Amino acid sequence: MTDATLGTPNGARSIDHIRASYLAQVQRRRLYGGLVLMIFVLLMVSGFMVADDRNAGGFWDGLHQIGDYPAEVLAEAWQKRADLPGLVVEFFPALIETINIAAVSTLIGAAAGLVLSLLSTRGLARWPRLIPVFRRFMDIMRAVPEIVIALVLIFVLGGGPVPAMIAIAIHTAGALGKMFSEVAENADLKPVEGLASTGATWAQKMWLGVLPQVAPNYLSYALLRFEINIRASAILGFVGAGGLGYELRNSMAWGPGRFDEAAAIFILLFGTIVFFDQLSSRYRNRLTEGHAA
Amino acid sequence: MSAADLDLVKSQADALFSRKRLFAVGLPGVILAYFVYIFFAFDLPGLAQRANWDNAVTLASDSWSYKTHVTRENGSGEMEYAVEGERKGAYPDGQRPDWVTGDDVITVDLGGGTLVRLLPDRRTEVEIPEFGLIKAQAEGREITTNLTGDLPDWISASSRRVGITTPEGRVTITGSKTEVFNYFPGWELFWFTFDSPYHGHGFGEILFGDRIDPDRGNIAGAVSDWWNNAMWRHRDVAWAIGETILMAFLGTMGAAMLALPLSFMAAKRFAPVMLIRAATRRLFDFVRGVDALIWTVVLARAFGPGPLTGTLAILITDTGTFGKIFSEALENVDQKQIEGISSTGAKPLQRYRFGVIPQIVPILLAQILYFLESNTRSATIIGAITGGGIGLMLTQAIQTQKDWEEVAYYIVLIVGMVMVMDSLSGWLRGKLIGRSD
Repeated sequence: MTDATLGTPNGARSIDHIRASYLAQVQRRRLYGGLVLMIFVLLMVSGFMVADDRNAGGFWDGLHQIGDYPAEVLAEAWQKRADLPGLVVEFFPALIETINIAAVSTLIGAAAGLVLSLLSTRGLARWPRLIPVFRRFMDIMRAVPEIVIALVLIFVLGGGPVPAMIAIAIHTAGALGKMFSEVAENADLKPVEGLASTGATWAQKMWLGVLPQVAPNYLSYALLRFEINIRASAILGFVGAGGLGYELRNSMAWGPGRFDEAAAIFILLFGTIVFFDQLSSRYRNRLTEGHAA
Repeated sequence: MSAADLDLVKSQADALFSRKRLFAVGLPGVILAYFVYIFFAFDLPGLAQRANWDNAVTLASDSWSYKTHVTRENGSGEMEYAVEGERKGAYPDGQRPDWVTGDDVITVDLGGGTLVRLLPDRRTEVEIPEFGLIKAQAEGREITTNLTGDLPDWISASSRRVGITTPEGRVTITGSKTEVFNYFPGWELFWFTFDSPYHGHGFGEILFGDRIDPDRGNIAGAVSDWWNNAMWRHRDVAWAIGETILMAFLGTMGAAMLALPLSFMAAKRFAPVMLIRAATRRLFDFVRGVDALIWTVVLARAFGPGPLTGTLAILITDTGTFGKIFSEALENVDQKQIEGISSTGAKPLQRYRFGVIPQIVPILLAQILYFLESNTRSATIIGAITGGGIGLMLTQAIQTQKDWEEVAYYIVLIVGMVMVMDSLSGWLRGKLIGRSD
């Protein structure tokens, strides 16, 4: 045993050996760490240079112009500050539309995600053989950016809230489906077995056996999605799907003279996002943590 | 248990049940009422009228097929053959598709027995089985035909323009020109355009056959011609995808690097001064609340359109998100490891480096990699607004409403790109943190 013979010359050599190999290992780790760091820095710097090169305006020229546009908007809005409350009221219906798009697509997406998640969870699936099929299906739904579906649907259905709603709902179904199924994997199967012994159908087993267990987590994820979807629906409005984003693009296209409108829309959008952000984080905390306490 | 207690329990249970019952009926009721409101607020009854099903049909058929235009200028008698009617897809002089025959009388065989004959003196004949022969004579800007009486709805005829649409193809005759469109499945000229010597050669022939272009080696020449294909613009598309991924990468990593030091200032354990903590947290809330859309709009004014603007928009928004997540992770750090490090006499910076960072690295990496994937999608959307990357190419292709096969191509590429980034980030997460999901 090496430990017992530490005092002998043989043992000292082995300690030296251990120390040497430990130092070598540390050195190798440092070398690898340094190499990875160097590659990362190189990637960042060269990536930044490429991005700067392919941009219309340069980074260093633009840096001191960042404040110009907000300053112009703010100055004009301040000049016409008396109109601002009126404009906020005028654009309020557009805000409602943006929120409606987010709410409906979250509801539909969550419902679809719920079904998809149960169908693709091991142990709960209705057709276990089809689990990979439903998983791939959700992967594709998740991978398609909303703007792709929205633009194609705008071409077919015309502008308005419906294309944005469908686009966001599809993405939501994929994204929530994945998160739901991760939660459902940890669900206790005993209630399901109990229900199965009474001859319950698959839908009854899921509704009465699984859902009560996972509902707080599901609700929390759906709330988070709702918050994300408000942002998404504002962005999709910018490409012609109605709501606040559409109004923002219109007032921006006018340029100076309509900056008070842009300011009103900025205020509405910012306020809404912050409001729902705070609301959802408060309720999510209560759902996930308050439940256990 | 006394009778009074039992009554109390019973009434409590009754109240609970009635509350649950109310909830079970009320919640679906509220949702249903909301959907009814949405049904009218979104004007779904009017949607059926606004929807353009012709567009849907064009989109569905055009995304997997292409058409070759055969055009005769009725004035000069000049002929033109071009894929999708584009100059870039034109057949070289002296060449034409093999379903066009004849010199004085040019016969276009659309297949299925449908023939179009382009006769001298601005005359056109269309032979359609089970319908008969349609003759048209262009004179100046007028057209005279032998069409009389009730016409089927696939023929439209006026004195200025005659349009015939059959399953085999389409014919349009105006005073100035006669156009024949012949449809084929597939994405034509995807590999090589007509001006490339490699067009019409198989892969085996290019790889192993004799040298086709005497000046260049086969493989190098073929790759270069494919890369510079004017019709499908493979080079531009590859650059656009690169730009999109670059935006996501730079934005995510830059945001993480900015947010890490800031998050120390927002965590209670590391920033005892309330004012600094509150200020940092409000800063995070602010940049997150302004949202990528507004940042994009504001930054595009300063930096102009391009990938840099998108990068900065992602960077700024995600600094807020990362800052919030990181500072929450920092709040939950185990104090014992920090104590252990400080017992060896470590300075504050060393305490952070060896006591704190190793604890939060798994959370950090998992979040960064998750955002890298999600930002690839955001970068596509931001690119469509600010003008950079594959998002812009997609928007342009959709807005021209012409090249649906290109739109389909871009969509396939985008979905592929996001899925690759998704599995890449999942793989990296597994490698770095040691979990495979």
